[in-house]
Amino acid sequence: MSAVLRVPTVLRPALGGVSVIAVEGSTVGEVLLKLTATYPAIKGQLLNDDGTLHRFLNVYVNDDDVRYLGGVEASIANDDEITLLPAVAGGVW
Amino acid sequence: MARFGSVLDLIGNTPVVDVSQLSPKANVTILAKLEGRNPAGSVKDRVARSMIDAAERDGLLIPSKPDQILIEPSSGNTGIALAMVCRLRGYHLKVVLPTNVSPERKQLLLAYGAEIIDSPGSEGSNGAVRLAQFLSEDNPEWVFLYQYANPANPLAHYQTTGPEILADVPEITHFVAGLGTSGTLMGVGRYLKERRPGIQIWAIEPPSGEIVDGLRNLDDGYIPPIFTDNHGEELLDRKVIVRARESIEWTRRLTEVGLFSGLSSGAIMAGAVKCALTIDDDESATIVAVVADDGWKYLSTGAWSDDIDDVVERARTIIYF
Repeated sequence: MSAVLRVPTVLRPALGGVSVIAVEGSTVGEVLLKLTATYPAIKGQLLNDDGTLHRFLNVYVNDDDVRYLGGVEASIANDDEITLLPAVAGGVW
Repeated sequence: MARFGSVLDLIGNTPVVDVSQLSPKANVTILAKLEGRNPAGSVKDRVARSMIDAAERDGLLIPSKPDQILIEPSSGNTGIALAMVCRLRGYHLKVVLPTNVSPERKQLLLAYGAEIIDSPGSEGSNGAVRLAQFLSEDNPEWVFLYQYANPANPLAHYQTTGPEILADVPEITHFVAGLGTSGTLMGVGRYLKERRPGIQIWAIEPPSGEIVDGLRNLDDGYIPPIFTDNHGEELLDRKVIVRARESIEWTRRLTEVGLFSGLSSGAIMAGAVKCALTIDDDESATIVAVVADDGWKYLSTGAWSDDIDDVVERARTIIYF
């Protein structure tokens, strides 16, 4: 499956400065692992050693947080949009 | 009409109104709980009163003792609510506020007698939290209620918002609210799930992670301790992000049903619509969505009157949500 990945400002230096990358993979985990293989500098920023998502990384597939859709096992369809965002304090608080 | 002894007695018991005109499906009812009806104008009145009551019970604050100082990071609503309660109880409040919030929020804080400490706008809410933590460590005599970690925050919703919703909408199937400190979702979510385990709890996330560029790396991220303490990942069924454009579009659409809401409520309504779209045609559902505040303190954003492209662009630098 080929999808589009949107990169937040904080991760761009490790991904060659780009904000959007075309990615391949059938699950979120697969996509992130391939990304780590291509850009070793991102290692540790996306996945923990046990393959789970970094605590402060939120991953959305078409705006849905994948932690509630099976985590790294969440499936990716063609033309899906994957967005990475850091977990930050926000909202009307 | 009722008569009340104090403005604080006006907190809570907010109305729920049917806004199903905005529902994309005839079999899905959408109800809005109007938290802007609280006296200082937002859902955070509940939290402010609850946290100060708890601090007084615990002896952290002593009513009538002079010169007691509180410090709290806030992008607006909690600060405003705390300022109102502090004014009534005689405490001095310092609010750490990012410089890039809408000016109405600053004015309201000043109106209630709070002192504003600026934090860098580019660091967003994270920066305000960090600065408040630093200042409270440096001034241990100040009382730091820390809404992100204070159990009295979700407790306010467990004890008031949740019971009100279930009493007014016993047929509720889905609850949709914004994820800031997570207090509303954790308190109401736990209350509802204890009584109706089948109810779905949906968190709507504002697009703050997109605009905050002050993070040096991902390890500077932040998860509210309340969320972790209440096993938020298990409590929530879905978490959806709503972008600035969609939030503003739905803030405008809320006026079609007569609701002049704050911009985060547009995001919540967009989330409620996404939720409605997941319901099968042969099922019925009743969604309760929290309208956290009214639109008055966002008028300077031009959200209702300016070109939407301009408003979206400004939302990249000004904290609207």
